[in-house]
Amino acid sequence: MIQLDYVDRAHSTQTVPVVCMHCDSPTCAEVCPADAIKRTEDGIVQTARKPRCIACNNCVLACPFGVPKMQTKMNLMMKCDMCYDRTSVGLKPWCASACPSQALAFGTRDEMARLRPHAKPVNTFQFGMQTIRTKVNIMIPRDTAVEIVDVTAAMHEPTIGHEILDDVFAATPGGGDA
Amino acid sequence: MIQNQRGVEGPRDLDHGTTPPDGRPIAEQPKWRRDFPIDWAQDEYVSRRELVKFIVLTSAALVVGQFWIVFKSTFSRRPALSTAAPIARVDELSIGGAKTFTYPEGSTPRLLVKTGANSFVAYDQQCTHLLCPVVPAFELGRLHCPCHNGWFDLETGRPVAGPPQRALPRVRVEVRAGTVYATGVEESTA
Repeated sequence: MIQLDYVDRAHSTQTVPVVCMHCDSPTCAEVCPADAIKRTEDGIVQTARKPRCIACNNCVLACPFGVPKMQTKMNLMMKCDMCYDRTSVGLKPWCASACPSQALAFGTRDEMARLRPHAKPVNTFQFGMQTIRTKVNIMIPRDTAVEIVDVTAAMHEPTIGHEILDDVFAATPGGGDA
Repeated sequence: MIQNQRGVEGPRDLDHGTTPPDGRPIAEQPKWRRDFPIDWAQDEYVSRRELVKFIVLTSAALVVGQFWIVFKSTFSRRPALSTAAPIARVDELSIGGAKTFTYPEGSTPRLLVKTGANSFVAYDQQCTHLLCPVVPAFELGRLHCPCHNGWFDLETGRPVAGPPQRALPRVRVEVRAGTVYATGVEESTA
């Protein structure tokens, strides 16, 4: 499943694909009461297994990266599984295959190192008290000392597009009380 | 996205399965974690829903199969043969003697037994248990299947002892002017 989030929908058409980070200790699977979320031998965390998923939304609420999505029509949690049916036979995931401008690219570590010479991969994240190691890496500038990305660090900063919300509250008589 | 290949930081170690959140080895984990592993390869648990699905579908298939058998036996009865065919002369056999014949042409072997001066019975020779050929035991008034010691009544073809459960298909015979004719086959029903 390809899941796209809009970055700033009022001002830009830019979207961000929410790819699964494929944690070594997947929180979604840890919280699943129905034992429905499985991780394959190569570390890919799969969509909930249809015969088991009870559509309880625990995984949706628990994932630090907001990856699982509940498909209410199917009563099934679906998530990015790196298009396991395609990548396991050597094809690219659908998002990278379909992207016309190669804004989304899928390649080997060597190719990535060649494309991003000034960046280094990081795959450790801090989410509150929880440290998460993932199979998917993100690229950060090579000369920074950061080893762990704090997922919630920016939580208290104003979000992108906050001006819209500010306007809504400003337009309400009596300020933000309404 | 970065694949698990030789790269800028040297070879990455292969995946050793899911790491429990507290990082301790799997042997030190509680039993439920081993019973319900996150790793697909270790997952041998059959969920209640899968089991119920299997049972319901299998039962439904059995029910449909039963109805299909009833339907088939009700509507696809083969038309009874009406043409008579000569199979033996009356004086060809002595009382208690037997002869095999085919009726209709090309059928499995049938068995004709002379039970009196002018009376005959005829059955399919295949035992209704496992298709061994039955032999007449005239002194006992029975037909005997030697394979598994099955016994049939000579007068009616019904099973009387041994493994067979169904009667032998009977061939109707008729004596006309010194010749025995087969006039039809009664398929086994009981």
